[in-house]
Amino acid sequence: MPLFHYYLLLSGALFTIGVVGVLTRRNALVVLMSIELMLNAVNLLFVTFSKYLGIVDGQVIVFFVMVVAAAEVAVGLGIVVSRFRLTGTVDADKASLMKW
Amino acid sequence: MDYFLFSVAAIIAVVSAVLVIVQRNPMHSALYLIITLLCIAVLYLQLSAQFVAAVQVIVYAGAIMVLFLFVLMLLDQENPIDTPSTLRYQNPVAAVMGLLLLVELLFLSARAQPPAVLTSGAPGSSPGFPGSVESVAESMFTRYLFPFELTSVLLLIGMVGVIVLAKRKL
Repeated sequence: MPLFHYYLLLSGALFTIGVVGVLTRRNALVVLMSIELMLNAVNLLFVTFSKYLGIVDGQVIVFFVMVVAAAEVAVGLGIVVSRFRLTGTVDADKASLMKW
Repeated sequence: MDYFLFSVAAIIAVVSAVLVIVQRNPMHSALYLIITLLCIAVLYLQLSAQFVAAVQVIVYAGAIMVLFLFVLMLLDQENPIDTPSTLRYQNPVAAVMGLLLLVELLFLSARAQPPAVLTSGAPGSSPGFPGSVESVAESMFTRYLFPFELTSVLLLIGMVGVIVLAKRKL
């Protein structure tokens, strides 16, 4: 198999690890880290196709994804911190105040 | 040589990514995530994407992970270990779903055909080889100028939102 396929396999593996992390972990910070892992898997895919197509657009989109990730992490961590001040926990399962 | 470099970086990336989600202590998770991000930066370099590799190290492994570590230390959680889930079958179901997704993605990846390289006359082709800072900048400031300006608005919105969230009293 050419190296191209291995990049696709690696990206799929990293994305799956991120998905499993989001589904299994209950610490909100680790969930955010798993989302970062998924974003990185997609970035790797973009760069791989940018290389093998010979056009640079994929790398520009990776830049935009990184900007969105930075904004998302900033807002997500802000929410986690303000929730920790109110409830003293970062456990995602305990955010059930509005549960009927 | 290509395969060797790829294998080393990929194995370290996957192992530390698994450690990110199995570590009980979120501080260890953050440190293993940094290792994964650095390995992905190595792979970017191998894909001759120098600009993206530099941004990966500076922005991701630098700024974003420092933010994570800062918040982890700020929160001083008395019990950082995950509590038992309130959903009974969450972990087994998540494992099965993850396995299904992995099989699907691996199947599709193994079947994919490498794309034919576009000729230099194609839209989006730029001076320099693809991935050089020159070609990325040329594309970013011409074809993608408007989205580029919009990212600054997005960052401003994020900044205002975080200040509103973090201030005790406005």
